[in-house]
Amino acid sequence: MPTLDHYLVLSAVLFAIGTAGVFLRRNLITILLSIEIMLNAVNLSFVAFGRVLGSADGQIIVFFVMTVAAAEAAVGLGIVIALFRHRQSLNPDMFRLLKW
Amino acid sequence: MTPLLVAQIGLTLFVFVALLSSAAGMVLVERKVAAFLQQRLGPYLVGPWGILQPLADVIKLMFKEELRPAAADKWLFALAPIISAAAAFSAFAVVPFGAETTLFGLLDQPLRLQVADVNVAILVIFAIASMGVYGIVLAGWSSNSKYSLLGGLRSSAQMISYELSYGLSLASVLVVANSLSLTQIVNGQSGAWLGFLPRWYVFTQPVAFLVFLTAGIAETNRAPFDFPEAEQELVAGYHTEYSSMSFAMFFLAEYINMVTVSAVATDLFLGGWHGPFLPVSLGWIWFLLKVAAILFFYVWMRWTLPRYRYDQLMAFGWKVLLPVATINLLVTAAGVLYLGI
Amino acid sequence: MILFYLFAAVAVLASLLVIVQRNPIYSVLFLIASFGALSGLYVLLEAPFVAMIQIIVYAGAIMVLFLFVVMLLNAPHEDTEEDLERGVPPPSSGRVKVFGALLAIVLVVELIGVVVASRRAPIAFAAPAVSSVAAIGRSLFTDYAFPFEVTSVLILVALVGAIVLARRESGEGI
Repeated sequence: MPTLDHYLVLSAVLFAIGTAGVFLRRNLITILLSIEIMLNAVNLSFVAFGRVLGSADGQIIVFFVMTVAAAEAAVGLGIVIALFRHRQSLNPDMFRLLKW
Repeated sequence: MTPLLVAQIGLTLFVFVALLSSAAGMVLVERKVAAFLQQRLGPYLVGPWGILQPLADVIKLMFKEELRPAAADKWLFALAPIISAAAAFSAFAVVPFGAETTLFGLLDQPLRLQVADVNVAILVIFAIASMGVYGIVLAGWSSNSKYSLLGGLRSSAQMISYELSYGLSLASVLVVANSLSLTQIVNGQSGAWLGFLPRWYVFTQPVAFLVFLTAGIAETNRAPFDFPEAEQELVAGYHTEYSSMSFAMFFLAEYINMVTVSAVATDLFLGGWHGPFLPVSLGWIWFLLKVAAILFFYVWMRWTLPRYRYDQLMAFGWKVLLPVATINLLVTAAGVLYLGI
Repeated sequence: MILFYLFAAVAVLASLLVIVQRNPIYSVLFLIASFGALSGLYVLLEAPFVAMIQIIVYAGAIMVLFLFVVMLLNAPHEDTEEDLERGVPPPSSGRVKVFGALLAIVLVVELIGVVVASRRAPIAFAAPAVSSVAAIGRSLFTDYAFPFEVTSVLILVALVGAIVLARRESGEGI
């Protein structure tokens, strides 16, 4: 039977994959997708802990996290579209005017 | 291998075959009804009254050449009809179509006439309808042709816009019925008021019924909301580049979606398998009759009403249907809370 | 148990493919597959409501949004020859990639190390699960009513923000 540790390890692995995606990819949309992977990993932890404690709180927090992720994805994609209109590229290295 | 398990597997196969034959039957019904509405005869050469016409259509589609544009994305092009058809079939898995039966005493435990009894059945239907959008949008994209892309994007934008009104009208029924399980919702509609008016939710929630049916027609991309696949506008929309069995899968998916929306509307609003004069064990006959009535309504709408233009369609969905569904939900919730309906 | 490993393997594999793929459409599709596997895990954790909400909201709405943006922008794959002509800086060198991968590996080792080093008996899911939608709804509208209302304002803000950001100035093509 899977125990809490199984779910926590799985959540850790997914979170690390998401982090690697944010570091390694040079495409704005893939970076946003990696952020979604990280948020999902955290959701899994919340539901697992909620299950251990036998309360609905874990699921409710997941509800809020999903809502915030939806809002963030919408605004993030709006920003990506606006950026693309300026430079015709989705490479984050193209937007380096503020870099020292 | 208890008899119950055998019966459940048999039920799954039966539902699958029934859905396929209902899609085939709908092909004929649509053409015949269209013909009679237009004062002509429709197919009558193949079999008496054209009954074998769907068989002829299937054979024709099977023997056509399977084309794929050279610039099309190979994997997505093959995946899109699979997603459409799979979503259409799976949505029917949680729809109950009859009361519990023991198959005339052959089984030791009663068998529910539902492939999977989940206690969040309504959410499952909604979720699978959301997944069906992907078949269309991927078909539009992977065909690498402007008609397909435009048709695919418009069609999927339309579907996700009308999903909101669909869900809110479902929520109104949930507030009245107090359960997410379709079987319990249907069982809450048994009995009658004053001895003759059945306790169907269409009488307590007429607005929700109309919103649900309208949103259902828009979800399945049927006229008058079928701009994205209208022949006069976009060749054939997202399935322009498909031929033979892939096209047949899209076709099938559309008809089975219609059947699923009709079945869910019957379960939610028209009392499912409850009806006068017949014992509950034969209730599936009533279910079939009600589903057939709604399907006839679908076909009737297609050949009677002119088509909405795309901007009119989207404006209607967001500015008319969504506020109506929301206000209906508010009024229903207030009614349940204060009047105890 | 088999189901857990099956869903976990699909989730991890799909997430790896998301970050490895060059074509952004394939990345989005693999992420949808990963969400499906996670939804299965939620069902195993006896949270059917969250599982269905995951499919409806995440896989059914947010990913469609991503797919629309990818299709409308018709973005080229990264690191093509035209990029160098247009003045795009060259892709990150091998050393940066290795450094990034190492960082992720260190992170996962640390996180798993925390779980393993706590050296206690494995906590099984013994408490009775709260899986009914009624209980979640009740809790949401009584204990968590304030965050619920704030979330609605948040969504309104995101709606207005997305429209303002993506609005095109008159005369410019998409």
